[in-house]
Amino acid sequence: MLKRLRIFFAVIFWIGITLLFLDFTGLAARWLGWMAKLQFLPAVLAGNFIVVALLVVLTLVFGRLYCSVICPLGVMQDGFAALGRKARRNRYSYSPARNVLRYIMLGVMVIALALGVGSVFALIAPYSAYGRIASNLLQPVWMWGNNMLASWAASHDSYAFYSVDIWLKSGLSLGIAVVTLVVLAVLAWRNGRTYCNTICPVGTVLGFLSRFSLLKPVIDTSKCINCGKCARNCKAACIDAKNHSIDYSRCVVCFDCIGNCSTGAISYRRRSKVVEPAPEKVDDKGRRAFMTVAATAGAAAVASAQVKVDGGLAVIVDKKVPERETPLAPPGAVSHAHLVRHCTGCQLCVASCPNNVLRPSGSPESFMMPEMSYERGYCRPECTRCGEVCPAGAIHRITRAEKSAISIGHAVWLRDNCIVIADGHSCGNCARHCPTGAITMVPMDAAAEKSLKIPVVDAEKCIGCGACENLCPARPLSAIYVEGNHRHREV
Amino acid sequence: MERKKISIDRREFIKRLGIGGAVAGVTLAGCKPAAKKIAGDTTADVTEVPTDKMTYRVNHNTGDTVSLLGYGMMRLPETRGAGGRGADSELDQEAINELVDYALAHGVNYFDTSPMYCKGKSEEATGIALSRHPRDSYYIATKLSNFAPSTWPLKESIKMFETSLKLLRTDYIDYLLLHAVGGGGIPTLNDRFIDNGLLEYLKEQRRNGRIRNLGFSFHGDVEVYDHLLAMHDAGDVHWDFVQIQHNYVDWLNKEGNAKRSEYLYGELEKRSIPAVVMEPLLGGRLSHLPDHLANTLRERRPSQSLASWAFRFAGTHPGILTVLSGMTYMEHLQDNVRTYSPLEPCNDDEIELLNHTAALLDRYPLIPCTKCQYCMPCPYGLNIPAIFEHYNKCVNEGNVAESVNDPNYAEARRAFLIGYDRAVPKLRQASHCTGCGECLSHCPQSIKIPAKLQSIDRYVEELKQNV
Repeated sequence: MLKRLRIFFAVIFWIGITLLFLDFTGLAARWLGWMAKLQFLPAVLAGNFIVVALLVVLTLVFGRLYCSVICPLGVMQDGFAALGRKARRNRYSYSPARNVLRYIMLGVMVIALALGVGSVFALIAPYSAYGRIASNLLQPVWMWGNNMLASWAASHDSYAFYSVDIWLKSGLSLGIAVVTLVVLAVLAWRNGRTYCNTICPVGTVLGFLSRFSLLKPVIDTSKCINCGKCARNCKAACIDAKNHSIDYSRCVVCFDCIGNCSTGAISYRRRSKVVEPAPEKVDDKGRRAFMTVAATAGAAAVASAQVKVDGGLAVIVDKKVPERETPLAPPGAVSHAHLVRHCTGCQLCVASCPNNVLRPSGSPESFMMPEMSYERGYCRPECTRCGEVCPAGAIHRITRAEKSAISIGHAVWLRDNCIVIADGHSCGNCARHCPTGAITMVPMDAAAEKSLKIPVVDAEKCIGCGACENLCPARPLSAIYVEGNHRHREV
Repeated sequence: MERKKISIDRREFIKRLGIGGAVAGVTLAGCKPAAKKIAGDTTADVTEVPTDKMTYRVNHNTGDTVSLLGYGMMRLPETRGAGGRGADSELDQEAINELVDYALAHGVNYFDTSPMYCKGKSEEATGIALSRHPRDSYYIATKLSNFAPSTWPLKESIKMFETSLKLLRTDYIDYLLLHAVGGGGIPTLNDRFIDNGLLEYLKEQRRNGRIRNLGFSFHGDVEVYDHLLAMHDAGDVHWDFVQIQHNYVDWLNKEGNAKRSEYLYGELEKRSIPAVVMEPLLGGRLSHLPDHLANTLRERRPSQSLASWAFRFAGTHPGILTVLSGMTYMEHLQDNVRTYSPLEPCNDDEIELLNHTAALLDRYPLIPCTKCQYCMPCPYGLNIPAIFEHYNKCVNEGNVAESVNDPNYAEARRAFLIGYDRAVPKLRQASHCTGCGECLSHCPQSIKIPAKLQSIDRYVEELKQNV
């Protein structure tokens, strides 16, 4: 019964969070956004004490239920583990805790957090890892399905579905997602929750708390017949059947053991005395495998999908990313530095950006975190999606009005690229699309009123939305591009 | 004489229609959705297409008996679907052959092409298709499309004419036109045809039989039109025929004589110059009317397409030699053959109704684009005709909301924006118009293309922001 309940809620959470990463319409964020905000690390980074306190209390009462229900990566591993058990029953065995490794990992995370080196926990954190898997691997499939529906709708004169661009936002990010998925799948298939009980910093923190939890599975020695069935089916490898003890720091309260016990010796109840298992030699085969594969993550380059272009008409060359001195951070992020300090690298914002502006960064200091660029679209005035979905407080929620007054960068005109100069054509497309009127067209030759007009930028009015850069006819490099502001400012 | 022939045919036609209607009733039940899908505007009359009932008009200059339906070779089918707007796709010769064979078999004998059409591939494709039939079973019309200043020297223009003969696989042209005179006014006319002695050369070719009829097609400055007819009056040149834009919308066009076909046609009738009609459908616009206008017409003739109204109007005036239609699809060809086999001229009542329809249509903010593609390719990659087509489609379907308070704003917005991305790839949409004006001089309808594109873009921007 308890197990069924656990599975029921786990599936709901897992589907909800996955939908959050799949959806590109903004609907899921409205209804399911809270699920992401309930995640532990994002809540810590966001300084969301209510959620942190809630999760602490939850763990202190029920044990690491978080890991079995709320954490999407945990649920995903349970899925693989269940498949593994189908292949071979009784596949697990008790192994002692690898506390040294666990606390080192936790220490690394805490230090990284303190130093603001976000890219470290972006790589290891469970929610971020799952986010990358969902947004890099699942979302394209979801979109492809959507595009099939859209083309079907188009042939039926229906506007129920619309087509979206599927493009490779970052090969590196995709590679990391693939590696993470494969490693976790293999580990989970063979050994259950290895990652959760060795690497995962959230697991370590919650494990520390769950030792003292009010409710926990307890073995009644009077009923136990020492068959060891519970231990052989414990995916957390935390039941020491011989000693009738359970390592509650690793138990994720899945309730499998309760159902498996033929004599009903295990029950979920209060217990005052905690029996600590004696530390034993560490078997780090799983960990080593994880590290080796993770190290080769970068090597997994994946061929980019060809973008379909309509020919026959004038050929349009793809835009290139200009070199920006200061990276662009979305409005609401305060500054690039603030973004780096708070971001967990889950890429929910990247998956949600409807204008194809955000993509995962490849630079070391902001690895896997969102980065803006305007080759495929620009940061449109009516959109505040990224701030709405961000669970970590890296991108604050802002209103449309606020957005129109936040300057994230300023436009810079590159004379030599401008078609007015290069081709002698009149243009002004940048000025025409500037939402704040920061660009004015002035005669090229101040003495000749009638000469062709070139754009001048009022950096004070510019909000850095990139309409000018995106719509500039100069290709592959635009004649006007946005340079990031070190710190966002109000205009 | 001709009138009498028509009236006999008409009686027979009506008799036939009765039988046809019964057949249609049966067939329609089975395949209505499919038929409707293909023809779009039509109520898909699935009657048999007559092979021997075509209405013919006689060109008194040469005695040619010309079918009232002429085949315009400007919108030929392409291998990658949708005619006239394909990207790098090529003309579908097999489909063209099939259409040409069908047209000939159903009495169409006038084929109009130009060195410019279909990215310059039309003459060759026309030549291939027609040369499979006896040369005396059809008339070929082509043009001197010497628009580029590099083709103004006599030698270059003659080369263009000779190339046409070669591509069309013939040693004489039945109808040769000075292509789209009027654009650029008298000076351009002089540059292209008079000062370089080209007109004299063409007259000579007519004398020695390589050109059987000499005429011109007109778009633009009406001064040029009047000037050319004055030359005719003065005996400087004899125009065997003239090609004008004529349809029920342009008949009483308020923008002036240059577009008013009542004037253009009237001037020709006065001089007994046979008129060839282009844009009878305005590039399909008259087969996609706003719903309530369309329904008024459909109520009168439920089993007939909107296009048939436009063709009947265009063919009604007796001085019309032939009405050109750029038929990309077999269904269009069949529909038009039916309309003219034989022609049932519009009566006064119907002409009044069409004039009224035109007046109402004038109130819609439609863009008078006929998708002729002359403006293409845009140097910045925009798909201009597709943008206009989408806009017009939304106007017709009532999906251009005037304000956020419109009761159907949300649906109209969705239909407009989603349809826009479907019709035109993002990179080729109006937001990329630089306003360079390269297109302006090419548009035979004198549309202020950049201004229109930018106003559509502003509208799109409004829609996007008013979520």
